[in-house]
Order: sequence, then C-alpha cells, then structure tokens
Amino acid sequence: MSNEKFEPKIIGFLCNWCSYQGADLAGTSRLQYPPNLIPIRVMCSGRVDPSFILRAFSRGADGVLIFGCHLGDCHYEEGNYKALRRYKLLTKLLEQFGIEKERLRLEWVSAAEGDRFANLVAQITKEIKALGPLNWENQISIEKGGSK
Amino acid sequence: MVKIKIDGKEIKVEKGTTILKAAEKLDIKIPTLCYHPLLEPYSACRICMVEIKIKNRNELVTSCNTVVEEGMEIFTVSDRALKARRINIELLMARAPAAEPVKKIAEELGIEKTRFEIKDPTEKCILCGLCVRTCEQVVGAKAISFIERGADRKVSPPFEEPSEACISCAACAYFCPTEAIIYEDLRKRKVIHSELYLGPTTAIRIPFLQAIPNVPRIDPDSCIHFKTEQCKLCEKVCEREAINYKMEDKYEEVEIGSVILATGYEVFDCSKIPQYGYGRYDNVITSLEFEHLCHASGPTGGKIKLINGEEPESIAIIHCVGSRDENYKNYCSRICCMFAMKFAHLVKEKTKAEIYEFYIDIRAFGKGYEEFYKRVLEEDVNFIRGKVAEITDFAESPEEEGKLIVIAEDTLLGMIRRIPVDMVVLCPAIVPKNDAENVRKLFGIGCTADGFFREQHPKLGPISTVTDGIFIAGACQGPKDIPDSVAQGAGAAGAVLSLGDTFTIEPIYGVIDEELCSGCKLCIGVCPYDAITFDKEKKISRIQEMLCKGCGTCVATCPSGASKQNGFKDEQIFAEIEGILSV
Repeated sequence: MSNEKFEPKIIGFLCNWCSYQGADLAGTSRLQYPPNLIPIRVMCSGRVDPSFILRAFSRGADGVLIFGCHLGDCHYEEGNYKALRRYKLLTKLLEQFGIEKERLRLEWVSAAEGDRFANLVAQITKEIKALGPLNWENQISIEKGGSK
Repeated sequence: MVKIKIDGKEIKVEKGTTILKAAEKLDIKIPTLCYHPLLEPYSACRICMVEIKIKNRNELVTSCNTVVEEGMEIFTVSDRALKARRINIELLMARAPAAEPVKKIAEELGIEKTRFEIKDPTEKCILCGLCVRTCEQVVGAKAISFIERGADRKVSPPFEEPSEACISCAACAYFCPTEAIIYEDLRKRKVIHSELYLGPTTAIRIPFLQAIPNVPRIDPDSCIHFKTEQCKLCEKVCEREAINYKMEDKYEEVEIGSVILATGYEVFDCSKIPQYGYGRYDNVITSLEFEHLCHASGPTGGKIKLINGEEPESIAIIHCVGSRDENYKNYCSRICCMFAMKFAHLVKEKTKAEIYEFYIDIRAFGKGYEEFYKRVLEEDVNFIRGKVAEITDFAESPEEEGKLIVIAEDTLLGMIRRIPVDMVVLCPAIVPKNDAENVRKLFGIGCTADGFFREQHPKLGPISTVTDGIFIAGACQGPKDIPDSVAQGAGAAGAVLSLGDTFTIEPIYGVIDEELCSGCKLCIGVCPYDAITFDKEKKISRIQEMLCKGCGTCVATCPSGASKQNGFKDEQIFAEIEGILSV
C-alpha cells in the first residue's frame, strides 16, 4: 500500500464534557477535518483504560487519540491528570512493543475549541499517514480474541 | 467610714481613701502633674500639697498619697499650701521650662518667672517618674528607669541605649504629663498603639462600624497584656467586668444538610510589582488602605492625609495592578474601575487635590455605572489611558522634587508622560483565598484555572457546584461587586431552600462487583468525590451511588475489573472498538 493512498484508521477517545463538545462545535461550525478519526465518547479522559488503547492497536488501528479537558478544567476535577499519568507510562510500553509513540496522542481540547479540534485531527492524521500503516498483526503474532 | 472636712465641707469617705480622691468627690480641684488614677501615687511633683489639721497639729502633705484619717481637716488653698505649691512650681519651671502643663499651673498660681537657674530651656521632663511606673506597673517591661543622681537625674533605658526589654508599646509616652517622651522606632519595629498613618488606633476596639456583634474586641497582636501578661487597665476601668482575657476560639459541631461557600477573596500583594514601589514609598498605598483612610472611623477621622499629616495636592489612582496583566493575573477584577472612580469623586469632595486615573479600559458595566463615569469625567478628573511603567521618587526637574513621579505611556496621546503626585493609590487584583485549594478538596468541588471555585455551568448553573448540596456565592467564585455578590448569595439561599426531600442522581454511576473486588483500595485513592468506602467486614470497596458522579476513573484504575460504569462498561467500549475496526 503506497503512502499516498493509505488512509489510516484512527480511534479517538473523547471526554464527554470538553472534547466531545469541541468535536460537536467543529461539526456545527462546518469545519472540515479528515474522516479518519472515529470518536468513542467516554465520560472522562480518566476513564480511558490502557487496555482500550492496546486493544485498538491490536485490532488494526493505526493511531489512537485521547482528548480531554485542559489541565485544571476537568469536569471531574482531576481525571485528565490521571489520563496524563497513564499516557506517559503507556507510551513507554508501546515503544517496547515497537509501536512508535507518535501513534498515541493525548491532547487537551475544550468545548469552545472546535477549530483546535479540527486542526489537531488534520495534523495528527497527516503525521500518522507519514508513519504508514501499523500492520501490527503481521509484525507480532497475536492471538485473536485475547482477553483484557 | 471616715468623717473628714475639706475646706469647711464635711464628707464621709471610705477608709483608705486619699485626700485627692476625697476632694474629687466634693469637686474640689487640686492641681497635680505626676498623679494618674490608674497608677500608684508617687508624690514626685509635689504640686498637690495641702495643709491638714489633725489632733491640733498642722501639717503640709501631698494629697495624692496621704490617706484620710478620722477627724482630719483639710485646707486645699490655705496660704501655707499655696506657698509650698508656688515654690515647687518655680523649681519645676527651672527644671522643665518647655513643659506646657507646668506653665499652665504656674499661671494659675500667679507665677510668671522662676527665680532659679534654667539649665536647658528646651527640657520638658519633670522627673515625675510616671513613665517609669507605667513601664513597670502597667506594661511590665521594666525597660526604663531613673539613672544618675541629683542634678543629673534622668529617665532612660539602661546605658542610654535602645533597650531589648522595650516592646515599643509607647505607653510611657501616653502617660507622660508633659509630652517629654517622643517615641521613635529605632529598630523599625511596629509601634503598638501607633496613631500613625494606617495602623490600628487602639488594641481594644470595635473592629469596624458595621461589626456584628457591635462590641469591642481585643487585638492580641497589639495588646500589651498578651506581650507581658500585665497592663489589664481595661479590666480596671470596665465597670461591667466584661473584659475576658482568656476567651479563646471555640469549635462547635453542627449537623447540616447543605453548604453555601462564601469564602470571599484576597487582594493581590502589590509588593510583587517592585516598580510600583509599594512598601518602599510611604505614600504609595493600596485601595483598601485608602478606603480605611477615607473612612470616618479611620485613623484620620476621614481626612485624606499624607504620611506627614499634610493634605495631598495631587493623587494618582492606578487601575489593574496585577490584573489584566500577562505577568500576574490575566483576568479583569471587575470592581476596580468603579471604586477607583468613587475614590476620585470622594477626593474631589474632601480636598482640592488634582486626580489622575491611569486605566487600561474603563469597564463601567453595571446599572448606573456608565452614568457615574460620565459624572466623574465632568468633575475634572484626569483620565490617562495607559499602564503605569514605574513609580519613582527620582526627580528630573525642580517641580518633581519631593514628589512621587508616575511614569506611564499615554496611549491616546502616543507619548510617555511623567506626572508628579503626592500620593499613589494602587487598585490591586482580586485573587482567590490562599486556602481555596484546600476548601475545594474538602467539599469535592472544582476550581477554574485562575483558582476561583468552579460553578456547575457558567450560564445554566452559576450557583451550584458539581457536588450536590454545595453552593457558592460571592467573590469565591470569581471577582464580583456587591450587587452581584448579594444576588448570588440570595440565589444560593433560595437554591438550598428549594432542595426538598428528593435528590437527583447521575444516570451514569459506578458499581463494584463484590465477587471480583480484591479489596486493594486503589479506587478509593483516585475518586475525586470520596464516593468509595471500604467495607471492613467483607474487605471490599463500595461505591455510594448518591455521591458518584460517574467519571469512571476508578473503573480504569481497577486491576481486577470489579469496578464497572453504567453505560460505559469495559465490554461495551471494547465492542465499540472492535465494531469500528472490523469495517
């Protein structure tokens, strides 16, 4: 698959209060951004279990995004700090698996930042396109249907 | 009771009463200098001499320390007594020629000039020792005493050097009858009863005019009793015996259903902006200090004065000190524009001073505010649009000599201006209380990035918080003026009253599977709402649905998959991921 035609599959975990609203704002503002991102709504970025991300990569995602409220702005006070802690550890783990850490991104998008959301998605999609497909299943033999 | 006769008038007084006090009861005035009703008599000045007759024997005594006896006859203005007073006052006139009360008594006694040699025409001290007695008996510091003897006798701290024992209370100066003691703060320590500039007026006072309850309060920081355990003068004079030095803070436990947080704000510390010279220049003050100065119950009784007691000829009022400033606080403090203009209006009313308002933008947003701005504009107040760069006392021209120079860019004229003024009033930013973070954690609510408490929703829930039953009112939520604070306070009270018996809980909340929970307690640590408790008997954690807000942090943390979030179970999210990626 050549890189020009390659369309990465990107899964985004969006927190209900800021980023999901930000994505909504991007939509209602008619902002254009690549369709590669498929959002999954969670109540808080602190809900994002590292196993979600590993499962996504193992099932063929080329990139995973976690979008949360800006630090200090979390609806649940400190969930985004917990996400940040997990993200830092998880990138180390991913590197050991041979997955470029650029494939997992943690960004802060507020409910008022529709344009930031659209720009981030466009920019990250471009970067992941440049990295090429992850193709993890072929690189690492992994049992299908593995549990958490 | 003892029966005595004073100047022919009979009176019965209690045993142990001094002649001076007995005479007082008959409204007979005996002149004194060294007597003070709150201190032990010392009979140093000997102006209170009276003639007494007892058992057919006539005697001259000092009335301040002579106790009455049965059948005593007292003549306060007999020739012998007056003669004795005259010679004593002449001696005092030679000793302390500059003392005004001595001159006054001499005049009353018909003495114009002393026959004795005057050593120092500027001397005021009559060596009455009232200060020494004050320091010992009242204050308990024992910092001063008489030194030398005879003609060289004087009052001084040991070795005539500033004393370590002195607590700078200035009580000696307060009791001195001839104003011979001037207190200078040699070690730059705070003078306690300073009637200086903006300091407290007395150690026992009603905190402010509208205080509830409207009773005086002892300020332990400036009360002598709390420094030396002596004094207790207020206890002596209080007839109602209402003084209680042992009163302490009490802690009471009250059961309540909901809480309104109205913890208020603090003002920005202006000394953090060194170029404005707050703390370095005496006449650079903050808005709160200026308010205190203007107030009728303030240290100057409402007169606007400089540190040297003169009325200022010009005042600069500087807006946005620390607010709307990238280096300090980004937000607008909302109230400053209006009170700064009120200050201008007040100054115009009380003095003839020229006023300069340095502002970034005038934000007159409330009802009637814009009209007030117009009115102040018409009162010949100089509005200069620009942020002040520096306040200095370094004069560049003769008219700047002895003034504070405010250097600012006038953005409307497009030039740098130097404006010499006598007084500068800084309008500091409103900042969150320093313990706001602790209060936030205690009540399980949030703070915005600027540190103020976060409301549930900026438009739809401006009074409630994410924790049910916790409401916020006033400047703890953000800078606010009085009408807005009152409105929010009333709103919060109304919200509490309308709570009723039912509670709404989030549809999305967490549950812990008792079978799977291993009791590791990890979830308890991550819960921002303290909604998880540990069941000691079963050794498992439990989520209280009433408190859970459904963030799901505990679910992501749980290593055994026991914690589940309604609507966002792990299996549901996995199914979503697989669904997306199977296409």
